[in-house]
Amino acid sequence: MPSKRIVLHFPHRLVDQPIVYKLVKEYDLQFNILKAYVTPQEEGLMVLELTGKEDNFKKGVEYLQSCGVRIQPLSQDVIRNQSKCTDCGACVPICPTGALVVDPITRKVLFYDNKCIACELCVKICPTRAMEVRF
Amino acid sequence: MKSIKEINAKIKKGEAVVVTAEEIIDLVGRKGAKKAAQEVDVVTTGTFGPMCSSGAYFNVGHSKPRIKIGGGSCKVNDVPAYTGFAAVDFYLGATAVPDDDPLNKVFPGEFKYGGGHVIHDIVSGRDVRLEAAAYGTDCYPRKKLETLLNIKNLNEAVLFNIRNCYQNYNVAVNLSDKMIYTYMGALKPRLGNANYCSAGQLSPLLKDPYYKTLGVGTKIFLGGGVGYIAWHGTQHNPAVKRKENGAPQAPAGTIAVIGDLKQMKPEWLVGTSMLGYGVTLIVGIGVPIPVLDEETVKYAAIRDEDLYTQVVDYSEAYPQMVAGSLAEVNYAQLKSGTITVRGKQVPTGSLSSYSKARDIAEELKLWIRKGDFLLTEPVAPLPQADSGYTFKALKERPIV
Repeated sequence: MPSKRIVLHFPHRLVDQPIVYKLVKEYDLQFNILKAYVTPQEEGLMVLELTGKEDNFKKGVEYLQSCGVRIQPLSQDVIRNQSKCTDCGACVPICPTGALVVDPITRKVLFYDNKCIACELCVKICPTRAMEVRF
Repeated sequence: MKSIKEINAKIKKGEAVVVTAEEIIDLVGRKGAKKAAQEVDVVTTGTFGPMCSSGAYFNVGHSKPRIKIGGGSCKVNDVPAYTGFAAVDFYLGATAVPDDDPLNKVFPGEFKYGGGHVIHDIVSGRDVRLEAAAYGTDCYPRKKLETLLNIKNLNEAVLFNIRNCYQNYNVAVNLSDKMIYTYMGALKPRLGNANYCSAGQLSPLLKDPYYKTLGVGTKIFLGGGVGYIAWHGTQHNPAVKRKENGAPQAPAGTIAVIGDLKQMKPEWLVGTSMLGYGVTLIVGIGVPIPVLDEETVKYAAIRDEDLYTQVVDYSEAYPQMVAGSLAEVNYAQLKSGTITVRGKQVPTGSLSSYSKARDIAEELKLWIRKGDFLLTEPVAPLPQADSGYTFKALKERPIV
């Protein structure tokens, strides 16, 4: 069965409500919590690996969205192949979130995958195609 | 003050003082140019960027029966090579693409594999596929050849790049309303980014701006092996405007380089795909500068802050051959991450890897310190700034 990793953003009003258990009960999805935290007065964030049938996954995501949960693909979808990267920096001004930056001292390119929103703009513009999408 | 002969004697004894083009800046800052010139024997430079006028020639040996690929056609891993030589010599250019590549038909084309990648595969020691077709002669009867090749079995595999190592380069921006895809990378609309391509204070020709220590025959670091400057490069343009420190303010000198591909390393010759533009090869080059006198040191110690270049619009001015610069900026500004163009803060990106340029200068330093790499006396100078040598545009004439 396929697994997918997604980031869930819970608005403040949903933080105290049981939601994720329904993914198991109603949609037969297994979940693995990779990361979760609630910031006071702000929002809840959870990174889940969901395993289940494709149409159940789709329905589960629709359910989450109908509750008001915002869903984002996980940054680790995009990885840097270190053996291909030449640290040129062509990707740096293309990245919309500052996930790719040049270290001012070493002049090497740093990839902050926690800032990556997996827009994949860097993937094709990388001259050596060092940025890879993991399926 | 010092001769190359004297410097070589010190290198042989393992006594030569070698520093990189970055380290000399610091040294001159602390001790002054006079003292630095007395202490230092060699300054090493480096650059690692896409250089399209690159390629390699090969002699694959004669098959049994013989085939005359010369005048016929051949492909290596589906990438066509030039065969207009004798029987089994051919030249593979960095920008060549397979005949069935979709190119820019679906824009922007991806250009996933081409000549640059084949050269990288060959230098990596991978087997490559040769397919050749010939017309057949009495002495070369065979008409078709399909075989795997490996660099270790070839008679000659020689990197021969007719223009590398540009002395300075444009900064590319896009003034139009749509994204454009250029050899300077993807440029976002309305000054969305500014891409540059030079190692600045580490770049070989910027550290000897009047080509006083290098020329035809100069031994260099090329693709991780030993190479030589073969000639001035195509489009060599030494007469451009220069700052008081001698550094050109726009693309100027170039070099043609040659070296044994068999000694080179895949780390320093990397096949490259420029989205919407094409295939090319990233080449690593390092040139040693012998410290002959105080003047050599002064030039070698020019800093990023004092190296200037021009910001050019690649949506209109560059393609239409309209001269003009939107701004003049220095490499310290470019490396800070933003430059100001028409009052707008524009984020910068580099196509040339400064960290790899630094690695090359360090590697060459090591070679010289170990006594493995002696310096050469140039056998002929490159066309000088006052030589009248220029880079001309094409004047089209109708064919009647």
